[in-house]
Amino acid sequence: MSTSASSPAAAAIAPMIAMEGVEKWYGTFKALTDINLTVRPGEKIVLCGPSGSGKSTLIRCINHLETYEKGRIVVDGVLLDNNPKTIDVVRREVGMVFQQFNLFPHLTVLQNCTLAPMRSRGLARDAAEATARRLLGRVKILDQADKYPAQLSGGQQQRVAIARALCMEPKAMLFDEPTSALDPEMVKEVLDTMIGLAKDGMTMICVTHEMGFARQVADRVIFMSEGAIVEEGPPAEFFQNPRHQRTKKFLGEILPRY
Amino acid sequence: MGTPQIVFLLYGLQWTIILALVAFAGGTVTGLIVALLRTSESRAVSRVTAGYIALFQGTPLLMQLFVVYYALALAGLRLEAWQAVAIGFTLHASAYLGEIWRGSIEAVPRGQVEAAKALSLGYFWRMKDVVLPQAIRISLPATIGFLVQLIKGTSLAAIVGFTELARAGSIISNTTYKPLMAYGVVGIMYFLICWPLSIWGTRLERKFAVATR
Ligand SMILES: Nc1ncnc2c1ncn2[C@@H]1O[C@H](COP(=O)(O)OP(=O)(O)O)[C@@H](O)[C@H]1O
Ligand SMILES: [Mg+2]
Repeated sequence: MSTSASSPAAAAIAPMIAMEGVEKWYGTFKALTDINLTVRPGEKIVLCGPSGSGKSTLIRCINHLETYEKGRIVVDGVLLDNNPKTIDVVRREVGMVFQQFNLFPHLTVLQNCTLAPMRSRGLARDAAEATARRLLGRVKILDQADKYPAQLSGGQQQRVAIARALCMEPKAMLFDEPTSALDPEMVKEVLDTMIGLAKDGMTMICVTHEMGFARQVADRVIFMSEGAIVEEGPPAEFFQNPRHQRTKKFLGEILPRY
Repeated sequence: MGTPQIVFLLYGLQWTIILALVAFAGGTVTGLIVALLRTSESRAVSRVTAGYIALFQGTPLLMQLFVVYYALALAGLRLEAWQAVAIGFTLHASAYLGEIWRGSIEAVPRGQVEAAKALSLGYFWRMKDVVLPQAIRISLPATIGFLVQLIKGTSLAAIVGFTELARAGSIISNTTYKPLMAYGVVGIMYFLICWPLSIWGTRLERKFAVATR
C-alpha cells in the first residue's frame, strides 16, 4: 500500500492475493500440494472440485483459519506469517462467508453487522450502524435489522452474513460453498447478491458448484483434485475444452444438473 | 423447641447462605479463569489446568478444607475459620465451575469462533462478545445444579469449627435432646433453599432443549 503513491503502475498490477508453492499438512495427510495462485485486484475466481479436494483448506489458509507449512501467501502486499499482527491485518482486509452462515445467534442482525467494526476497527456505534444499515440495504434485508438470525430463512441469513463481512470494508471476499446449505428456492437470492458484489468490482474467490454463476461472473475457473490445482482457465474455455481427464469426469458429473 | 432455638438455627442458615454465596462468587471469578486456561490453545497451559481440576475433583472436599485450614496454619499462615472455609470452598468451586464452563465453551459451535476470527475479532472480544454469552446459556442448568451441591456441601465447614446450619442443628440437638425435631427443621430449611433452585435449573434445561431442537 505504501508504494502505491510512488509507482501507481506497479500498484495497479500488484496482486491482491498471491499463493506461492503453498503446502499444507493435517498431521501426516497432505491437504495442499504446491499451490500457486495469483489473484489480481477485482478478479473473480471460482474454485471447484470434488469433495475433499482441498478447496476449503485453500481459502481458509488465505485468512489464516488454517496454518500452512510451506510456501508463501501474500495478501495485498502483506506476507501472511504466524505473527498475530499480520494475521489481524490480513483478516481485516479479507471477508469470509461460510456454508453454514455462522451468524451470531444471540445478537440481532444489526448487532451481527456492527460487532466487528466497533470492536476491531474501533468505529463508534453511530458510524457502525450507519454502515451496517447501508449494507443491509444493499443485500435487501434492511427491514429485518432488529430480528435474530433464527427468525430468518437460510437465504436471508446468508445475505446477512455477506453484509456482515462487507461491514469491515474488505478488499477481497472468500466464499466457501455459500449456497450449499440452502433450500433450492433460496439459492438465487444469494447468487444475485454475489453477482451484484462482483459487478461492483470486489475481488472474490468463490468455492461453488453453481456453474451458471461461474459462467456469468468468473474471470477464471480453477479445478482442484487431491489437494492440487489441476487445471484453470476462463469459464468458456474451461467448460468447453477441459483438458484433464479428472476435470472432464468432474464436469460430467455435475453439469447435467444445470 | 422454642424461639431461641429457631433463632439460633436461622443464624446458622444465614452463615450457610453467606458461605455459599462467597464460595460461588469467588468460584465464578476463578472458575472463569480456569475455564479459559483449560480451553487455551497452548497445550501446556491446558494440561496444567486439567491437573488442577483433576486434583480438586479427585479428592474429598473435607480433605481440601483440612488442608487449607491446618496445613496453611502449619506453614505459619494463621487463618480464621471463616477465611479458611471461604478459600477452601472457592478453590473447590473454581475447579468444578471451571470444568462445567470448559464443556460449555467447547459446546459452542466451531463456526462461531471461525466467523469471529474471520472478522478479525481478537481473543478478548471473541470470548466476551461471541463465545461466553452462548456458553453461559448452555451452562446455566449445570451451574445451578452445582450451586445446589455447594449449598449442601457447606455443611462440611463445621469440621473446622464454623457454625453454619448443619452445625447449628447438631448443637440444638445436643442441648434439647430432640435430634429428630432439630434435624427435621434443619432439613426443611435446606430443602426450602435448594428445591426452588433445582426446579429453576430443570426448567432452564428443558427450555434450552426445546430451543436447540
Ligand atoms: N481439521 C482437519 N483435520 C484433518 N483432516 C482434515 C481437516 N480438515 C480437512 N481435512 C481433510 O483435508 C482434505 C481436504 O478438505 P477440504 O479442504 O475441507 O475439502 P473440500 O472443501 O474440497 O471438500 C479432506 O480429505 C479432509 O478430510
Ligand atoms: Mg469444503
